[in-house]
Amino acid sequence: MGNTAAPPSGQICVGVKELWKIFGPNAEQLLHSERRFDSKEKILEETGCVVALRDIAFEVRRGEFFVIMGLSGSGKSTLIRCLLRLIEPTAGQMFVNGEDICSYDELQLMDMRRHTTSMVFQHFGLFPHRSVINNVAYGLKVRGVGEQQRYERAREVIAKVGLKGWEEYLPSALSGGMQQRVGLARALATEPEILLMDEPFSGLDPLIRRQMQDELAELQAEVQKTIVFVTHDLHEALKMGNRIAIMRDGEIIQVGTPEDIITVPSDAYVREFVQDASPAKVLTAGTIMEQPNVLLYEWQGPKAALHILATTGLQNVFLVGHRGKLLGLVTLERLRELIKKKGNSLRDALEPDLLTCTRDTIVEDLFPLAASTSYPIPVVDEKGEFAGEIHISTILSSMIQRQEVDAHQVQREGENRDDGGVGEEHHG
Amino acid sequence: MVEFPQFLQVPLGDWVDAIMSWVLTTWGAGFDAVGGAILFVLLNIERFFLWLPWTVVVVVTGVVAWQAMRLWWAGLIMVAFLVLIGSFGLWNLAMMTLAIIFASVVISLVVGIPTGIVMARSNIVERLLKPILDGMQTMPSFVYLIPALMLFGLGKVPAVFATVIYAVPPVIRLTNVGIRQVPHSVVEAAQAFGSSSRQILFEVQIPLAIPSIMVGINQTTMMALAMVVIASMIGAMGLGMEVLIAINRIEIGRGFEAGLCIVLLAIIIDRITHAMAARQQHTVTT
Repeated sequence: MGNTAAPPSGQICVGVKELWKIFGPNAEQLLHSERRFDSKEKILEETGCVVALRDIAFEVRRGEFFVIMGLSGSGKSTLIRCLLRLIEPTAGQMFVNGEDICSYDELQLMDMRRHTTSMVFQHFGLFPHRSVINNVAYGLKVRGVGEQQRYERAREVIAKVGLKGWEEYLPSALSGGMQQRVGLARALATEPEILLMDEPFSGLDPLIRRQMQDELAELQAEVQKTIVFVTHDLHEALKMGNRIAIMRDGEIIQVGTPEDIITVPSDAYVREFVQDASPAKVLTAGTIMEQPNVLLYEWQGPKAALHILATTGLQNVFLVGHRGKLLGLVTLERLRELIKKKGNSLRDALEPDLLTCTRDTIVEDLFPLAASTSYPIPVVDEKGEFAGEIHISTILSSMIQRQEVDAHQVQREGENRDDGGVGEEHHG
Repeated sequence: MVEFPQFLQVPLGDWVDAIMSWVLTTWGAGFDAVGGAILFVLLNIERFFLWLPWTVVVVVTGVVAWQAMRLWWAGLIMVAFLVLIGSFGLWNLAMMTLAIIFASVVISLVVGIPTGIVMARSNIVERLLKPILDGMQTMPSFVYLIPALMLFGLGKVPAVFATVIYAVPPVIRLTNVGIRQVPHSVVEAAQAFGSSSRQILFEVQIPLAIPSIMVGINQTTMMALAMVVIASMIGAMGLGMEVLIAINRIEIGRGFEAGLCIVLLAIIIDRITHAMAARQQHTVTT
């Protein structure tokens, strides 16, 4: 799952500072007046200008999957087009690999588009008169790569997106999902560093969309591109993104990891968005796990263990070994048996078939585990070390409480939302 | 108040005469050169059409029609039409007409397609050209004979000149429309991959405008045919001349034969170019 990987902490790959895009006459004039911070509606009424992007700033690290989420009209498509200068921003700075791309001339811009970036479009943007292979090879052709070489590469990428055998068909012969695979293959063929995706899956039906999301996540794990992904679908954002920027009316109102967004929505707007997102899909075992009061250690004797259980009133306790390595679960019943048989290693009092999960396991995936056991579920890290435990009751209460709290807060803040308590968390 | 007052009359005709004679004395050599070049091309085309054995013309037309329309009997009908023209004894005149049409269409395309491209790429050019093209198409075709006659005298060259002016608007217009109709999303995708504007034009816009351009070629060809008939009034030999003579001498039968031949020729050219345009449409949209 995309959101379970920790955000990479590499260099900044794409940076945007104080970016503005204003459509309409006198855009420049508006930009330099104080009125630019008025509401969108007011500006439109008074000046005839549409503020599409307002003081945007964010940074994307190398290898990061960065999602820009917002409803239609929030400016997210304009923003992603500005990154390629398909739309010229009115003001601001944009950096790609540390270079200011706003100062690029035509040639430099063309060079960047040919070598550094690629884009996948919502409506695919395929060339209807070109066969699949010629669509995929287009970026290479434009770059001047020889015919044999570009077809070779195109075939490779086509196979990678699962379209082998469709090379000679025209796009119109393909279903929507397949067409977007062509779009993806075309973008990957040039081996770009940065992949820009403008709602690539929103035109597809839900089943295909999920499938494509999973495949993209897999592909990303393999190729580790820097991805800027635009969507209006919160679930998609939470599923795919390392970090998410939420946009409204041309502004970024919150940037954070999926968990930040769900657990600490910056204002009522985000909370409302998040409200219908099931926490089970976002919360991970690591966030809801608890530290047990008591642990047993390998080197303790059975009698000592029994004493601990008796004094704490517990029915079962996890057993850990050296360096905190999880060995299993000791139950009161088995412990008594062990003592009866005069055994002296707690390892012989373990419950068989222990189910474990990692910090990154999504709560939703804990449900089947929780259903199949009556014991708490231990959380372990990569080295097998014990990190915490999760009780079934914890899972349920974490979800129920959160929803109740959210509902109350939204209700309360919904009443005075227009006062504009928005935007404190501007630049993440 | 019955007669229109003398003092309100404008001697526009005199002015035009003055302008034209100025143009001719100043640029006369230029027009002669252009006229000579057109005549040279035209004569060779005409010689070629007259040299072609009629059997070859008939067979080639039949095969092309069959291939374009994908109907064997359509090819046979075209063959029958051509044989009919020959049987009226009007073969050579028909070939002369065809030669002028051919030359006019080639010149129209050479001028029209690039003009259409420029028009599609510049809103200013479009705004300038549109009223001119509208004017050219609303003006009665006779009117074009006058400047052609003045600039090039009598004969085939002014006929071609007048025909080109009359026939060129559709191909300009439809090239323009075809390129402008290419979906923005597709052009944007080409841009996003770093295409130069030349690459966008030749790799994306023109290929996608081909069906529209083909319709333009079809219309231009049909208008050229119509104009060639009229251009016989300024001395273009061909079927039109035959009709003109028949009118002057009130020889109804002769006029009917020539008129029928023009209709047959029109059907043949229209059906074939139309089918070609339709097939282009097919390959691009499906």
